[in-house]
Amino acid sequence: MAEDCILETVGLVKEFRGFVAVNGVDMKVRRGHIHALIGPNGAGKTTFFNLLTKFLEPTRGQIRFNGIDITREVPEKIARRGIVRSFQISAVFPHLTVLENVRIALQRKLGTSFHFWKSDRSLNLLNERAMELLTSVGLEGCADLVTVEMPYGQKRALEIATTLALDPELMLLDEPTQGMGHEDVDRVMQLIKQVSANRTILMVEHNMKVVAGISDTLTVLARGSVLAEGPYAEVAANPLVIEAYMGTEVDELASPAGH
Amino acid sequence: MSRSAIGYIALVAFGLIAPFFIYPVLVMKVLCFALFACAFNLLLGYTGLLSFGHAVFLGTAGYVTGHALKVWEVPTLVGLLAGTGAAAVMGWVIGSLAIRRQGIYFAMVTLALAQMVFFYFLQAPFTGGEDGLQGVPRGTLFGFDLADDMNLYYLVLAIFAASFWLIQRTIHSPFGQILKAIRENEPRAISLGYDVAKYKLLAFVLSAGLAGLAGATKTLVFKFATLSDAHWHTSGEVVLMTLLGGMGTVFGPLVGATVIVTLQNELADKVGSLVTVIMGAIFVICVLAFRRGIVGESLALYRRMIGQKP
Repeated sequence: MAEDCILETVGLVKEFRGFVAVNGVDMKVRRGHIHALIGPNGAGKTTFFNLLTKFLEPTRGQIRFNGIDITREVPEKIARRGIVRSFQISAVFPHLTVLENVRIALQRKLGTSFHFWKSDRSLNLLNERAMELLTSVGLEGCADLVTVEMPYGQKRALEIATTLALDPELMLLDEPTQGMGHEDVDRVMQLIKQVSANRTILMVEHNMKVVAGISDTLTVLARGSVLAEGPYAEVAANPLVIEAYMGTEVDELASPAGH
Repeated sequence: MSRSAIGYIALVAFGLIAPFFIYPVLVMKVLCFALFACAFNLLLGYTGLLSFGHAVFLGTAGYVTGHALKVWEVPTLVGLLAGTGAAAVMGWVIGSLAIRRQGIYFAMVTLALAQMVFFYFLQAPFTGGEDGLQGVPRGTLFGFDLADDMNLYYLVLAIFAASFWLIQRTIHSPFGQILKAIRENEPRAISLGYDVAKYKLLAFVLSAGLAGLAGATKTLVFKFATLSDAHWHTSGEVVLMTLLGGMGTVFGPLVGATVIVTLQNELADKVGSLVTVIMGAIFVICVLAFRRGIVGESLALYRRMIGQKP
């Protein structure tokens, strides 16, 4: 069983001056799964994400990746281990071109990132791989655009391409479809499904259609603790979960395709 | 590419003939401050770090070079290198401490540390305190007597050109790409596996070293090093030069430094201490009316005229 589980948290706690944002979370993410994390506002989802990627320091508890304790490592080390995250607000480099955005992720492997005396033309050998990645998210036509000029949905797609450039074992996506129109949601959903081959995805997502559509496992957080965990149908029927999601979102849980 | 190549050639040509119709010492002063501002721009414009104590590198290199030339009587080139190296080391020390904080706190840490060094220079015996370090010999280089302003001018021009090239190369290097990524979105750069502190530190040391080279050269030009080079006024002035010319543009700091130094030079005799007020007014106008600076606004205007998006 141990090798089945790529990421595991044991009693993870984060306190902010007396306020407990994440309260003893035990969670296992299985290799190859798309694991969704949902919960009402303020449930501690983003805090939990920040703990996993070490953008925040846990107060107590342990994080294990492939059986290795990574609780005390720095964020860039976590990224180099193969856990790469996205952000709630689109994480692109706005005033660089689309191609450059992806190339920055690819560049680290060249080992020349401190070479200030070298021409940036030496990076052109990465262009082919960068174009492949852009093509895989449908952005091959935008390579030379300055990123800030792209519509929101395409920025999210670029973000996924950039994350993929690192070939991560575990991708953490923080609300990948947030603020998107219908077509974009469908596109990104397909994209996540497509890139999930050979890797594990843990995502925070509010859109129940996406959660129901592509996730293998679902964890519900409420007030910093795990409320329920399991396949979508099972969790959606859980009375505790229905109670936590009052009002319209009950309907969303019951009929995810109804939107 | 070709357009900027023409720009470079025109600038070099102008630089070569300038001392025949402009007082060479003034042009050398402009070049020293332009180099200082270009080095500062590497940090502010391309890494997004506002150092508010950059004068300390100018001042430190000035004193070290002055001391080395006057007291140790080393060759001119060695003196220049000593000053530059001292500024780079100082950059490493101040940088290592300052990059632990961000934004306004980063600026405050650099200012505080720079002030500490300033008061050390005020008290230390080798700086001459308020009087400054006077009578620094220029020496010779490859048989040319640098006491001759024209000979020295071409050395200063060569130093500026080489440093300018190095800064351009740094901006357009694999390293420069990461700097821009940090400027644009630091958390994202971290999440892509970059140890941003190391990149910021190297940028800081490069910038400090080049600012030091400017200070070392300035000592050679004026034959003295003074406290005012290390004073926070000078740190403020380099911010003004960079913003006025255009932060994050290639030629902006050069233009900004030229305008400010020339103005100070022209106005000093005519309006006396009012010059500070005029500089302040320029700063206010710059921030309110043309934030992209002279070069930035000109580029934007040019793009509008040929119908590109800004």
